[in-house]
Amino acid sequence: MRSIYIATAIFLVFYGSVVLAQESTVVLTSRAATMAQCVEPTDVMRRDHMEFLLHQRDKTVHDGIRTPEHSLIECIDCHVGKDDNGEFVPVNTEQQFCQTCHQSTAVKIDCFECHATTPDVKVSGTTGNSDDFRNYHQFVINEDVAAPLELYLQSFPLN
Amino acid sequence: MNKNKTSQKTTRREFIGKTAGLGAMLALAPGVRLVELAMAKAEGDAVNDMVRWGMLVDTSKCAEGCDACVSACNEEHGIENFGRPETDPQWIRKVDLKDKQTGKEYSLPLMCQHCENPPCVDVCPTGASFKRADGIVLVDKHICIGCRYCMMACPYKARSFVHENLSNQKSYAPRGKGTVESCTFCVHRVDNDRTPACVEACGSEGHHALVFGDLNDENSEIAQRARNVPSRQIREDLNLNTGVRYEAI
Repeated sequence: MRSIYIATAIFLVFYGSVVLAQESTVVLTSRAATMAQCVEPTDVMRRDHMEFLLHQRDKTVHDGIRTPEHSLIECIDCHVGKDDNGEFVPVNTEQQFCQTCHQSTAVKIDCFECHATTPDVKVSGTTGNSDDFRNYHQFVINEDVAAPLELYLQSFPLN
Repeated sequence: MNKNKTSQKTTRREFIGKTAGLGAMLALAPGVRLVELAMAKAEGDAVNDMVRWGMLVDTSKCAEGCDACVSACNEEHGIENFGRPETDPQWIRKVDLKDKQTGKEYSLPLMCQHCENPPCVDVCPTGASFKRADGIVLVDKHICIGCRYCMMACPYKARSFVHENLSNQKSYAPRGKGTVESCTFCVHRVDNDRTPACVEACGSEGHHALVFGDLNDENSEIAQRARNVPSRQIREDLNLNTGVRYEAI
């Protein structure tokens, strides 16, 4: 009987590590693809991103703390992909970063009933707001990714 | 002799009084204040009640027929109308008034008055309607169940309910069906040391009828104006101590 428990435990640990070590779903055309790591280690983000978002949400709404780390705006800015024309693809559409995992795990999220699914930035042919991408969100740039990031930012037609 | 000696000696009561006074002088050394002045908020700091945000409307400068503030608000927050004026969201509106006795006409913008004692917060069953420490009255839409008690409680009809599915929201102004919303004093701008969109638009139209600032900071333009020029609250009989005040009505 005891050996069954041990076998089950070993199986669960093994299975868990396989799940955690699954392939990255980061969209290649997103800024995230140019970064070494997210705001926390990848396995932490996979497991706990909703907790970070929940706490940041209360801090932002009630206390006016608008630090980019753990903010949904920053998640979207970094993880949104672009199509062949350089236009943003909403993060909650199929094959995009948010939707890929949530579809696979059968989680329906309410975030995007209200929250924007693309960054606020002037993309050709659309009306963005007056805030420029670079000024609105100031993020820390790792030296390793500075050059690819600069290239990525240059792909925005700034007004 | 004995009497003289007593008068030279410091009595216990005098001693305590003097040392307390000295202590107070030391505590109030130059540059030290009993109440710290409101400092510019650092990025990671929570808002605090040393600041009370407010707005002053000079109705004598508010032009009839001008709705720059309304369109700036709509643009800023991505508010679109669906051609249904009964239910379309409206965060700020222009109101034209006429004194029946004298015929004098007034034009003024009306929005959430950001009361110190907000009735909308009193009635909210979930705690979604709340007042931030710095006096801005908001709806936490994550908690709002859309019951609309706050809309009924508000004497200014300042709140709207979102009846329609929305898309293309602004990232800093999340809005969605089934929740109540109202003027936020452009809280996302205020937190980044900017003024609300309506104030900016009124200024660029050349009217400068709106002044936004910290009512608690006695050096701010709004506090000085409020001190020197008579201004009124709308429905001041309700004792809500509104953050929005009107001159020349």
